[in-house]
Amino acid sequence: MCLSIPVRIESIEGSEAVVSINGAAYKAGIHLIDNPQVGDYVLLHAGFAIQKISDHEARETLELIKQMKSPF
Amino acid sequence: MKYVHEYRNKELSQKLINKIHHSAKGKYTFMEVCGGHTMAIQKFGIPSLLPPKIKLLSGPGCPVCVTEKSYIDTAIAYARLSNTIIATFGDLMRIPGSTSSLELEKARGSDVTIVLSALEALKIAQNKPDKKIIFLAIGFETTAPGSAVAVVQASKARVKNFFILSAHKLMPPAMKAIVDEGVKIDGYICPGHVSTITGSAIYDDIARKYSLPCVISGFEPLDLLQTILALVHQVNEKHSTVEIQYARAVQPNGNPKAKAIMKQIFCETDSEWRGMGNIPKSKLVLSEKYQQYDAEKMIPVDVEPTISDKGCICGEILKGLKTPLDCKLFGSGCTPENPEGACMVSGEGACQAYYRYQSQTEIT
Amino acid sequence: MNDYIRPGHGSGGKLMHELIHDIFFRHFGHHELKKGSDSALLQSNGHRLAFTTDSFVVNPLFFPGGDIGKLAVCGTVNDLAVCGAIPQYLSAGFILEEGFSIAELEKIVISMAREAKNSGVNIVTGDTKVVHKGMADKLFINTSGIGYIPEYAGSFANNRKIKKGDVLIINGTLGDHAIAVLSEREDLPFQSTIKSDCACLNHLIHSLLEKKLHIKFMRDLTRGGLATCLNEIAQAQAIDIEINETRIPVKASVEGICETLGFDPLYLANEGKVVIIVSAEDASEVIETLKADDLGKESTIIGKVTSENGKKVIAESAIGGKRLLQMRTGEQLPRIC
Repeated sequence: MCLSIPVRIESIEGSEAVVSINGAAYKAGIHLIDNPQVGDYVLLHAGFAIQKISDHEARETLELIKQMKSPF
Repeated sequence: MKYVHEYRNKELSQKLINKIHHSAKGKYTFMEVCGGHTMAIQKFGIPSLLPPKIKLLSGPGCPVCVTEKSYIDTAIAYARLSNTIIATFGDLMRIPGSTSSLELEKARGSDVTIVLSALEALKIAQNKPDKKIIFLAIGFETTAPGSAVAVVQASKARVKNFFILSAHKLMPPAMKAIVDEGVKIDGYICPGHVSTITGSAIYDDIARKYSLPCVISGFEPLDLLQTILALVHQVNEKHSTVEIQYARAVQPNGNPKAKAIMKQIFCETDSEWRGMGNIPKSKLVLSEKYQQYDAEKMIPVDVEPTISDKGCICGEILKGLKTPLDCKLFGSGCTPENPEGACMVSGEGACQAYYRYQSQTEIT
Repeated sequence: MNDYIRPGHGSGGKLMHELIHDIFFRHFGHHELKKGSDSALLQSNGHRLAFTTDSFVVNPLFFPGGDIGKLAVCGTVNDLAVCGAIPQYLSAGFILEEGFSIAELEKIVISMAREAKNSGVNIVTGDTKVVHKGMADKLFINTSGIGYIPEYAGSFANNRKIKKGDVLIINGTLGDHAIAVLSEREDLPFQSTIKSDCACLNHLIHSLLEKKLHIKFMRDLTRGGLATCLNEIAQAQAIDIEINETRIPVKASVEGICETLGFDPLYLANEGKVVIIVSAEDASEVIETLKADDLGKESTIIGKVTSENGKKVIAESAIGGKRLLQMRTGEQLPRIC
């Protein structure tokens, strides 16, 4: 359901932020997230930032797979 | 793209695939509730990489597919009113109502415009004060907070010509309904983006009462493979707990701000789901305080009687009882160009995903 | 609902193919038409000619990287060039809506003249019609083109046999035109620097043909995108094709917009891209030749022919999974789910 991709906050004006999606700019609503900062990566869905991406968790997930022992 | 391409790594995928092959002992049937997962699974060709004993079923998590036909008929009736603009996500344009679709109404001269966000619909209302703007508010918990924001903004700016026609649905009641229906599954691949809003507690009941493993998954191949592996492990160890695979985006308590605004604006009500029947407390409608933005309450309209789907088994597909390949209409009487049921219209409907991407038999 | 013309009937996908087969081929019926190639190949007094036509209805008329006039010249020139012909003469028919600005019309005509000069064709005949306000959207252009097939392209035009192991090459990134046009429309609020790839490919293509490389087939990509084009080729030539998705060139910003709106770049329109099928041994020389031209800088192998008896197009994903690629069905609409 809910198509959503990570975008970077480039600038903030009131309750709107210019976000960049690989260089394409879009004005997104940031009403739904706490304390948005320039440089944050957020999930964009239907015009709104709906959640911040945790860089720590993002690495952790990959690390877990990298550390996994091969069964063979 | 950051946080996207890393999760499409072939080497790491292979590692997970090997591990899944190694760990899979018996037979497993998992349901991906979310249509976005269905799309990703097909797009990346995941079924062709899994052992045949793992079967993936598509669930009811495509909001367009489960939107009741009478809703489309109502939207079409509104589109035919003069001085009215229908603002909709592109998803709904081609969904067949009883006798027409929004795309066809637009071709016949109705003012139907595609928006990417509820706020865009509100802006149209502010720019065209002499028109009534009806925003077709579809989607699950992920999308509903955006509609709520638009209503709050409309209220603050005292906009009088902005209305929503809500078909916002809730995920957990449908997931429970599926199990109550008797569908045999061994675990749920839980919707990642719904969970960014709701958090993980909404699945606790399903894991506990129904003893079903639940893993909240992201949408990239590594996410899905890791989720499938986690489900296999839970089944093997006879566990049924809620795990968050998509930890980079899902907090256990979700997004409190989004939950608060939803609670402020909406209340729960029973609702029809296309093909699934009535599910208690599964829909969000505007609460009494915000009724002046409720299209159905404020703008009376005559809706044509709904004609039920003939021969289409979307309902059983949505419930996971059948796959698109079981449908007589699939590929012949029902194609994305001439869809019969909603599952073929929506880009993430199970039937369209099968039609576009699959056919394992044809590939091998 | 099936008895009316819908947008999908003009979108270069499956519906349009059905319309062409069920209505036009059925009643016009000439064997040359029924081949369904980009241009008709005709014999006249021992000379081999290619003849084609195309209509242009883009909205907006002006977009980053081009305008409807440039498109009208390039589209027809490319249809001739991919058949191995040297484009020579074009016609230009204009359907104008009452009230359309003459200054804008002139801008478009200047752009057509410039593009014709660059590609070496002459616009030698034309037609003008004006319809009442509301009966057309500002301006529609039709161009027809004629070209001759030089000796050295003769064997190419005769359609060499495509073999298992032949490779598919594309001359650059996908979807630039579609996204440039969409971002120019008010209803798609993205800001980007993406320009349409709209270009005449005849010089690029002839630099290949002159070298007498083993080119088996060429087709320029248009509205239906790469996936639709490959399906057309697979069906017409009775071959199976397999492409590798990680090798398909797509600009980062185009990819980003696609991911946001739920578009698949394999189904987006292009106006300056050609798919070339060539024997594996000549592939590197073809790429080298293409890269020497500005329009082929990002040329790359995207896949191969896997069977001489089939009709399927398969895509291998980033993680090695396989899926079937179908023709485009209708226009892609931005979606939230």
